[in-house]
Amino acid sequence: MSRRLANPTEDPLWLKLTLGIIAVGFIAIMLLLPLVLVFKEALASGVKTFFSAMVEPDTLAAVKLSLLAAAIAVPLNTVFGIAAAWSIAKFDFRGKTFLVTLIDLPFSVSPVVAGLVYVLVFGMQGWLGPTLAGYDIRILFSLPGIVLATIFVTFPFVARELIPLMVDQGRDEEEAAATLGASGFQTFLRVTLPNIKWGLLYGILLCNARALGEFGAVSVLSGHIRGQTNTMPLHVQLLYDNYDYAGAFAVAALLAMLALLTLALKSFLEWRYADELAASHRH
Amino acid sequence: MSAIGLKIPLPKSRHVLPGFGLSLGFTIFYLTSLVLIPLLALVLRPFELGLDGMWNAISTPRVMASLRLSFGMALAAAVIDSVFGFIIAWVLVRYRFPGKALLDAVIDLPFALPTAVAGIALSTLYAPTGWIGSILMEHGIKIAYTPWGVLVAMIFISLPFTVRTVQPVLSEIGRDMEEAAATLGATRLQSIGRVVLPMMLPAILTGAAMAFARAAGEYGSIIFIAGNIPAVSEIAPLLIVIKLEQYDYAGAAAVGVVMLAASFIMLLALNGLQSWAAKRR
Repeated sequence: MSRRLANPTEDPLWLKLTLGIIAVGFIAIMLLLPLVLVFKEALASGVKTFFSAMVEPDTLAAVKLSLLAAAIAVPLNTVFGIAAAWSIAKFDFRGKTFLVTLIDLPFSVSPVVAGLVYVLVFGMQGWLGPTLAGYDIRILFSLPGIVLATIFVTFPFVARELIPLMVDQGRDEEEAAATLGASGFQTFLRVTLPNIKWGLLYGILLCNARALGEFGAVSVLSGHIRGQTNTMPLHVQLLYDNYDYAGAFAVAALLAMLALLTLALKSFLEWRYADELAASHRH
Repeated sequence: MSAIGLKIPLPKSRHVLPGFGLSLGFTIFYLTSLVLIPLLALVLRPFELGLDGMWNAISTPRVMASLRLSFGMALAAAVIDSVFGFIIAWVLVRYRFPGKALLDAVIDLPFALPTAVAGIALSTLYAPTGWIGSILMEHGIKIAYTPWGVLVAMIFISLPFTVRTVQPVLSEIGRDMEEAAATLGATRLQSIGRVVLPMMLPAILTGAAMAFARAAGEYGSIIFIAGNIPAVSEIAPLLIVIKLEQYDYAGAAAVGVVMLAASFIMLLALNGLQSWAAKRR
């Protein structure tokens, strides 16, 4: 009897158990174990060592530099994301699909290649390097280089969240506002922004996480000067290569906590504002 | 509009909304100056060597070995992640169990965790003295500081791509085809293998392509665990960094152009896959 009532698209128990154990086991070993190890190693030599590694001047300088680079790169990419989404979602023009593909391009480029391209433009053997050196402007191995690398690798985050969202929402509300005499800025601020605010926040959140964590591109452009051009991830490498494991894992734990915070906020946004995010109805 | 016959003077601008010129202009300016021109600098650079020179720069055993390692292991990682990614997506979409939301959130950890942190964690974990490395060592298996270390790091870094492309498609497809298959006497495994899997193929391939692209270009998490032995466990992005440190700009650019060409091919493949998937619906 129960056989006939069983849902034909329901997996049998043995299959559920097998697949469930494979999935949970894979996630536990591949993803959770490394995370647990970071915190275990960070606290291995005691809480005191952990905190003294944190307040070390070079570590603090690295934290400051990472925050500064993100504070410049994220707002710029946010303005770009809004402008790109506004032009793509609210107007018709030729080559739109191509433009969207180009905006996504930095995602498929290796971070090291991202660093390399700026060396080829701003390096001493590069296109602009000798000219800029004449004016005493340094791009490579200083803050501008780090910011450029960060901008490149986080380039599409805000745009690719806003574009599908604003395309979905259409133009009616903005057109109504414009017809009623609202200026462009008023229309954006009072009509568009309330509609996209959670998607915008979602994009900024992911952009910021990547900006603080970027390693490859920044590594090529930073010059690794301790206390000056070392970001947090680069500082992890420097400490690790110098066999200061306690210090390396202390900074790594700080970055891991940041990652967990990002994941928590991301999950919260996806759960609470699912209808107002593009990510949750992307195909 | 004018078909109604009323003579309404058309506004000067073709657009009702303002800001078209400004927003598109800024978008194109920003994209061109920060992404396209620098990429052009990379594409043009190796031509200083001439075609022969570029071929000479790439065809050295060390460069060829690094390209083979990066792309070969990325392919292996993409296949492994596609299998486990599908299983994980299946479990998350079809089964109900406590802690599911948490498991779902953890999938994105490789996106959120800085790659350097993942690198030192994986390296410590799989080193001969590490939690996993010491167990494998008893069976004579070495992961850290060998090419297998590269594979492990790539599997870690690329997993979210495969899960996150399959998961939404899997939750959208209806179950009527499976019901039909079951009615016609298919066993559960037959329905999954012959009905669900073929329907999911475009999404699985898309995820695999994204995983491959990410793994082939990955640097941060790999250099800690790989040991970086030239021609053995040295990945192509690392070779670019090494060539830059030796001021061999053209050589670095030659390897970079190969990597970039691979990115373009993957991007084209992804676009092709998407239009294929759209047609099948």
